[in-house]
Amino acid sequence: MKITTEMVDYISTLSRLKLPPEEKERMTGELEQIVSYMDILNRLDTSGVEPMSHVFPVKNVMRSDEVEPSADRAELLKNAPVPDEEAFLVPRTVE
Amino acid sequence: MELTKLTALELGERLRSGEVSQAEALAAARARIDACQGETRAFLTVLDDPAPAPDLAASPLAGVPMAYKDNICTRGVRTTCASKILGDFAPPYDATVVERLTAAGAVSLGKLNLDEFAMGSTTETSFYGPVRNPWDLTRVPGGSSGGAAAAVAAGMVWYAIGSDTGGSIRQPAAYCGVTGMKPTYGTVSRYGLIAYASSLDQMGPIARSAADCAAVLDLMQGKDRRDATSLDVPAGSLLASLTGDLRGKKIGIPADCFGEGLDGEVRAAVLAAAQVLKGRGAQLEEFSLPIMEYVVPAYYIIACAEASSNLSRFDGVKYGWRAEGYEDLTDLYNRTRTEGFGSEVKRRILLGTFVLSTGYYDAYYKKALQVKAVIKEAFDRAFEQYDLLLLPVSPTTAPRLGESLSDPLKMYLSDIYTVSVNLAGLPGLSMPCGFDSQGMPIGAQLVGPALGDAAVLNAAHAYQLDTDWHTRSPSLKGGDGK
Repeated sequence: MKITTEMVDYISTLSRLKLPPEEKERMTGELEQIVSYMDILNRLDTSGVEPMSHVFPVKNVMRSDEVEPSADRAELLKNAPVPDEEAFLVPRTVE
Repeated sequence: MELTKLTALELGERLRSGEVSQAEALAAARARIDACQGETRAFLTVLDDPAPAPDLAASPLAGVPMAYKDNICTRGVRTTCASKILGDFAPPYDATVVERLTAAGAVSLGKLNLDEFAMGSTTETSFYGPVRNPWDLTRVPGGSSGGAAAAVAAGMVWYAIGSDTGGSIRQPAAYCGVTGMKPTYGTVSRYGLIAYASSLDQMGPIARSAADCAAVLDLMQGKDRRDATSLDVPAGSLLASLTGDLRGKKIGIPADCFGEGLDGEVRAAVLAAAQVLKGRGAQLEEFSLPIMEYVVPAYYIIACAEASSNLSRFDGVKYGWRAEGYEDLTDLYNRTRTEGFGSEVKRRILLGTFVLSTGYYDAYYKKALQVKAVIKEAFDRAFEQYDLLLLPVSPTTAPRLGESLSDPLKMYLSDIYTVSVNLAGLPGLSMPCGFDSQGMPIGAQLVGPALGDAAVLNAAHAYQLDTDWHTRSPSLKGGDGK
């Protein structure tokens, strides 16, 4: 599998990463090496095998809807890089 | 007998009987941390003022000093995942395991170094610098729970809680000569474990013996309404179930795990461990587990896919570190993530995004989920024949610092014996079974069927009744040790 710099640009945009040129070049080569190795999986015939996302058949886990206090806002905001008294602050997004 | 050489259960017993005081135990641990932290860098945060003395009747381990891997949330205590991007994040809540262990009298001395976001096999991807192996400071301790394994090996704590997504408890335990257990997926709540790959992540103990691991798991396990994948297993019965009796147990030895790529000294030590188990009554049989060449690619596709989704929450807005010089919101995200994540984390996010992207999803991600089903079926078939499996933990003993980072694919391949256990959700344990000619510890891995945790621990306990590898400790900082 050939990995091009255009592909790395595309998945970087999806990942919200913007690699400097040198790191991008190195990463492109490494990803190609790793993805090519992963092509080994094609040796295994899996036609008709159901994809398995979870090993145990645990589903529809229900619990009663009990009211309880949620986290304290002031305490949560203490970890924010740029908060005010009641919110996380970010650059203006709507002109 | 020096206190730091006792097992956690032995120390707990002495604390309860009054033979050793809480202050003496803490002072012994603190002296060891002062002596070894500079050379090993096992801790990222050392707590100066541990919680007030617990109720010693709370559990067999009450009052025993321990520590948590730094991807486990501890209320008000900095939790970094060894990443720049989390900055000085101090969680507003405790992980369920922290709540449970604290209630059982655990005394935490701090937070342990790891590969950034638990992504790595050497603890060299930590933003805060690598951990060094107490047995040889020029070697890695393994990873990603490298700080946890090194701290227990060096006698800085009596046990530690790590996490294991593809071997991150078992492999560092093997490299550092201690015992580590990844329990069956779902038996320990993941609430408060900062997620890497949610379908594979599981927390577990690293300690000096299988009995210690059983005692710790007794306190950690059980259903938690805050983790919908947690299973309804009875807590508190593992330690009591250890008999050391293996009569009538059939142990399968997968020949595919002993072939090309396995170091000769590791092979010899693991096969010698099989003979010890036989001596305690187990029957051994070689069999074929013809999936080994597929486990690493399937694991890395699934783990990276989940990581790319899980790590999207780190954006410089809600907690942690934010880059400077941004122009707009997208630029804030891009700069924070590009500068805040290290190379290995970015590599896995990109790989995960790639295998989930349009045009490649079926060929990689869906294919890996199908291969996972094939792997689970292969294990199911094996456990129709055998009670347990015995295999190596890692192809080699601990490599030297710097040897692995230059070649990511080579590092991934070294996880070959551990990742399949996570893909199939099984319990796996690593126990010390010898040393190579360089004096580095070798680990053997026991794997059981789903919910067969007690059988795995019992076999390791049986092995440790007849061997003393697990009682050896490194001669770090002259005088203390062998």
